[in-house]
Amino acid sequence: MDDETRKEGIEAVPGAPPTSGPRIGVDEWVARSGERRGGRGGRLGVLEARLRNVPWWVWLALFVGLAALLPVGFESGYVRRIAFDTVIYILLALGLNVVVGWGGLLDLGYIAFFGVGAYTYAVVSSDKFDLHFPSYASIPLALVVGGIVGLMVGLPSRRLVGDYLAIVTLFFFQIFLTVTNNGENIFGDDLTGGPNGIINIDPLSLFGRDLPISTDGIFNVAYLYVALGFFAVVFVALRLANDSRTGRAWRSLREDPLAAEMMGMPVSWLKLTAFAFGAAVAALSGSLVTALNASVFPQTFEFPLLITIYTMVILGGSGSQAGVVIGAILISVLLEVLREPGDARFLFYFVGILALFGILRISVRLAVVVGSTLALGFAAHAIAGRVDDAWTSGVPNGGGRLAGWVSDWVIVPTNLAGWVTPTSYIMLVTVILGLTLLHGWVRIAFVVPTLYLAAFVWENVMLAKPEPTRFVILGAILVAVMIARPEGLLGEKRVEII
Amino acid sequence: MDTFIQLTLNGFTLGSVYALIALGYSLVYGILKLLNFAHGDVFMVGSFIGYGALQALGGSTNPKVPLWLLLVLVTLAAMVGCALLGVAIERFAYRPLRDAPRIAPLISALGVSFFLAYSVQLMFGAEQRDYDAFALGEGTLFFSGFDIGNVRVPLLRIIIIVSAFVLMVLLWLLVTKTRIGKAMRATSHDREAAQMMGIDIDRVIVFAFVLGSALAGAAGVLFALRAPTAATIGFVAGLKGFTAAVIGGIGSIPGAMVGGLILGFAEAFTQGYISTRWSDLLVFVILILFMLFRPQGLFGKPDIKKV
Repeated sequence: MDDETRKEGIEAVPGAPPTSGPRIGVDEWVARSGERRGGRGGRLGVLEARLRNVPWWVWLALFVGLAALLPVGFESGYVRRIAFDTVIYILLALGLNVVVGWGGLLDLGYIAFFGVGAYTYAVVSSDKFDLHFPSYASIPLALVVGGIVGLMVGLPSRRLVGDYLAIVTLFFFQIFLTVTNNGENIFGDDLTGGPNGIINIDPLSLFGRDLPISTDGIFNVAYLYVALGFFAVVFVALRLANDSRTGRAWRSLREDPLAAEMMGMPVSWLKLTAFAFGAAVAALSGSLVTALNASVFPQTFEFPLLITIYTMVILGGSGSQAGVVIGAILISVLLEVLREPGDARFLFYFVGILALFGILRISVRLAVVVGSTLALGFAAHAIAGRVDDAWTSGVPNGGGRLAGWVSDWVIVPTNLAGWVTPTSYIMLVTVILGLTLLHGWVRIAFVVPTLYLAAFVWENVMLAKPEPTRFVILGAILVAVMIARPEGLLGEKRVEII
Repeated sequence: MDTFIQLTLNGFTLGSVYALIALGYSLVYGILKLLNFAHGDVFMVGSFIGYGALQALGGSTNPKVPLWLLLVLVTLAAMVGCALLGVAIERFAYRPLRDAPRIAPLISALGVSFFLAYSVQLMFGAEQRDYDAFALGEGTLFFSGFDIGNVRVPLLRIIIIVSAFVLMVLLWLLVTKTRIGKAMRATSHDREAAQMMGIDIDRVIVFAFVLGSALAGAAGVLFALRAPTAATIGFVAGLKGFTAAVIGGIGSIPGAMVGGLILGFAEAFTQGYISTRWSDLLVFVILILFMLFRPQGLFGKPDIKKV
């Protein structure tokens, strides 16, 4: 329908409605409001609209199929192991999405449910208590125990809203950590092995045969298929749950708990089921990981993992299953790449250039920024090298082809003075925050030294310590996404109705 | 009896530090209704700024200034540094989300907390930093003091407790007697009405962050005088500070003091009489019970929701 007929439809005389075209106030107009919002024009827009019309199960089948083909392309056990870990991350993110994205409840104890599943599996399939359940018993058991613990944590939380709920779940997390860490002596009984954890856990078994966790020291790819299978089942189950009455009720709870209660929704029950669903999925992933690792330690279930999963959900778009899957893959790959300084360097410059292109487009400003940043770098490098050779003769971390080029441009001293690290890092954070306050050409002018400073900090400070760097980046992503694009990559923009 | 006195003393010291952290939570929560997860990490940053200031003044073995001035300067540095940090956090992480759904600033706060903790680890490493307060004035802080029964009350404990309480009294005077304090109370009572009465809400919120973060900085120094600090202490310290604030009634200044002390005593006595390993567990159980049965705390008013 083109604009002309729509106009007529709206302005038509009451009593003589046009035969075609929806009118304001008619249900169809409301139902179609989503189509009118934010559609992009041109070929790209048509493509986007077509892609949006592809049913979800096609995407799911495509994704699972591609992931299943991954081992064909990559022989290395390392890649396969990363693929397995990514699927576990996706499962965790899908579970958290139920609680945060659909239920709108801030569950900070989520990782504890992951741990509950892991420990349940460990206890019933190891020498600890001489129990050796088959997998078809132990995995469902972990899932059910996770769900029940989720219900139990939710139970006292029924009366709490918002922040208090978050805090109670956070405390539950702390209680879980305290108990597992000190569990080697609970009234004299050894339950969890304490900090030493539980080891020698049975692998998964299928029809009475064990699936070895590795063959000739290489990761057994069967585990990847098992995880993918569980992913497909969980994805479909949650999808159906979300399309059901309960799913709609969850969303109403998220939008306005008070209004939902007034409409007769069983608010407490909805909160509990959201918690239990999320917890069950987390527990399931816990049991899979434990079976593969053959061991479980309390250190696995620390705070950083919680933030990692949250970043996945928020970045992908909380509430959107496809978004959450994409967020999980992105963050999982990002964390893996950041482990290795050579790869991390490549990623840094690649993302930097991509961001410049994305923000400035192909324009004079882009040429000015890139040109002057390069010039500034070579000038600074030349001056520093002239003053003292030690300032520029350092070897960049990690090596690789890019490192040689970078060491001609960025100042990499042989010995970094103690004060340089904190000073340059704090300066970088301050300048980046300050940039958000500036506009126009002033901003462009300040971008140039900021880029060079960023490169300096990246080479000298962050690449030297991959572990904190990964988490600093996660925290920054979380805040930045929350402020710049709270709906994430694929989420739907939420409009506050007052 | 000696054990009891010793544990009471421990509880008092611990409790006054918790109370200082709790005040920061209370101030911000009272005005913004925002649970500032990053507050515990501001406390941790405070202890690191204090450490830096101490090193800049010559270190504890060979300080360039007299002992009392050293302590004052170190504390002031931490307070100023943390106040600036608090303002930055408010400006860049919370203000853009002020009208967003409730869950948004909480997630942003989680991100800030994580960012701060790992930024400090990135800059200074994961190892512990010790103020080495024992070396200050050749052990004066530990050897002088007075006795109760057979228990020695060292000067350090007296300094920690007294300075914490002086800061709290100052804050109380500021909030109850000054103009800006009145504006803060009005904002916390009803933000929209206060705005209509011509109160500059942004200024009040920034001021609350300045006060809260400065107190956290002071708490960081007082804490680190007794125990070594590390980049990861912020999380648990923040949790306990929040617990203290809830026990006392969030938004209430005397409540935060009492809550902090209750928490300090509970922790000290569990450690002394039961087991050090389970003391954290007890703290969390107390909090959950409080949240369920008296969510308004000891001094708070019940929160009645009007639609």
